[in-house]
Amino acid sequence: MAFGALMANADVSFSVEEGTIVGLIGPNGAGKTTLFNCISGTYRPTEGHIFFDGQEITGRPPYDICRRGAVRTFQVVRPLKEMSVLENVMVGAYCRVESPEGARKVAEETLALCGMEAKGGLRAGKLTIADKKRLEVARALATKPRLLMLDEVMAGLTPSEIKSAVELLLSLRQRGVTLLVVEHIMEAVMPVADKVVVLDGGVKIAEDVPRRVVEDERVIAAYLGPKFASKHKEMAHA
Amino acid sequence: MTRINLGWYGFLVALALLPTALPGVFTNGFDVHVMILVLLYASMAQAWNLIGGYGGQVSFGHSVFFGLGAYGAAMALVTYHGSPWVGALVGSLVAAGAAVIISYPCFRLKGHYFAIATFAIVEIFNRLFMMWNWVGGALGLDYPLLEEGWKNFMWFDTKVPYYYGALGLFAVVFGVVRWVDGHRLGAWLRAVREGQEAAESLGVNSARVKLSALALSAFLAGLCGAFFAQYNYRVDPPMVMSLDMAMKFVLISILGGVGTFWGPLVGAAILMPLQEYTRAAWGGVGGGVDLIIFGVLIIFVVTRQPQGVVGFIGHVFRRKG
Repeated sequence: MAFGALMANADVSFSVEEGTIVGLIGPNGAGKTTLFNCISGTYRPTEGHIFFDGQEITGRPPYDICRRGAVRTFQVVRPLKEMSVLENVMVGAYCRVESPEGARKVAEETLALCGMEAKGGLRAGKLTIADKKRLEVARALATKPRLLMLDEVMAGLTPSEIKSAVELLLSLRQRGVTLLVVEHIMEAVMPVADKVVVLDGGVKIAEDVPRRVVEDERVIAAYLGPKFASKHKEMAHA
Repeated sequence: MTRINLGWYGFLVALALLPTALPGVFTNGFDVHVMILVLLYASMAQAWNLIGGYGGQVSFGHSVFFGLGAYGAAMALVTYHGSPWVGALVGSLVAAGAAVIISYPCFRLKGHYFAIATFAIVEIFNRLFMMWNWVGGALGLDYPLLEEGWKNFMWFDTKVPYYYGALGLFAVVFGVVRWVDGHRLGAWLRAVREGQEAAESLGVNSARVKLSALALSAFLAGLCGAFFAQYNYRVDPPMVMSLDMAMKFVLISILGGVGTFWGPLVGAAILMPLQEYTRAAWGGVGGGVDLIIFGVLIIFVVTRQPQGVVGFIGHVFRRKG
């Protein structure tokens, strides 16, 4: 994916196996969100191909990719401000259910799953930033995705909130949802990811299980820094 | 049945019983005339509200759809000596078709540019109908005197049947919008208004949603136009396909409350009596008093409460409650 002369993603290639959690990490400007935009259809890649479930989805419009079962959240949250939290999630639910009663039921269940059942009646624009992030996840989940792409949904959450978010990821994986997670909070991603892909300057510099990624010299130099690597090693050995 | 359902049907029944309950009012032709206009303009504004309010796509072109419906009824009756009912249906379908064709170039434009493009379309249709002899050109179409009754939708001595006709129109337009509001199309429309990119990411085909809503909105506006032609016994291009008429669709909704279900009725219930009674009282002074008052009201509403009178009422209730 190139914007004029700027190469935001160059020859990035990796695969996400069904039923796994894949972490996508890298420093700011590495091209993580651009990659999300390409996969979800927001951008049309200038080169390359994207396959989902064996079918090529390169350049398909976002709504079509969502209906095929791959849905994303936005790093900069985009609540449908004047609509209630429940209505926001119902928009997602309507992707699979046509009846208002059915969509309401799916939306209520999804809100409960995300710990927001008490907030259904609030206007989405009035939520705190943490709740807006949760709403992003709930709305995406209500479309019953097979691949859920989360763009920094844990940024700004308290440690206990991060813990419950991680538990949510694990329970989703257990239900067979595949997850592609962009995250800066390594403590959240590393323990649960089955695989980590590292981007730097638009290029993939590593793709491996977390244990080996944290020991990769290039990843340490580009992103993690020696402190985290040693800390993580201690954690792993302990 | 929920409480809200009861309220809506109860309201319709109450309006239907009004002539029986207040026979005194309904012998005064002018008062009935004002009530008919309130119901008609409320329906027009509600038709617009579907795409302009719920969908957030502000159109200044609805007088075109209104005019196509009006010409449908008038041509069926005047040119082809047929039924105005069939003409209304055909005209409204043509309006929906025109909406689909117009939307292709217009929906590529975003925000203000969409609104500006719809302005131009009114002018195009106005000129076209002015020159086109098949539709009566600048002279328009004058209704012949035919048998009174529902078949020709025409009465001469009383306005009460027109009141029932307007009420039927009101029930259809408000009923359709109410249904859409509570179903998937309504949720998708509001989602597109609130954030097209977010909506698309959740599986909403925004182009198709906007197109469906505009076509439906145009069809309903066409029905209103057909009623308007029947009520005036004539139609010509400046009467229906004018910017003046197009503005009414927009301003009544804005005054009452854009994107709210009751807004169009509230807006029409304020504007139409204001317009008709001030014209009757001060018509000789040069007219336009109603427009001055209306202009001040609009300025007040858009600066103080963008949700219109309905939003203002809601605000007061929330404070008390």
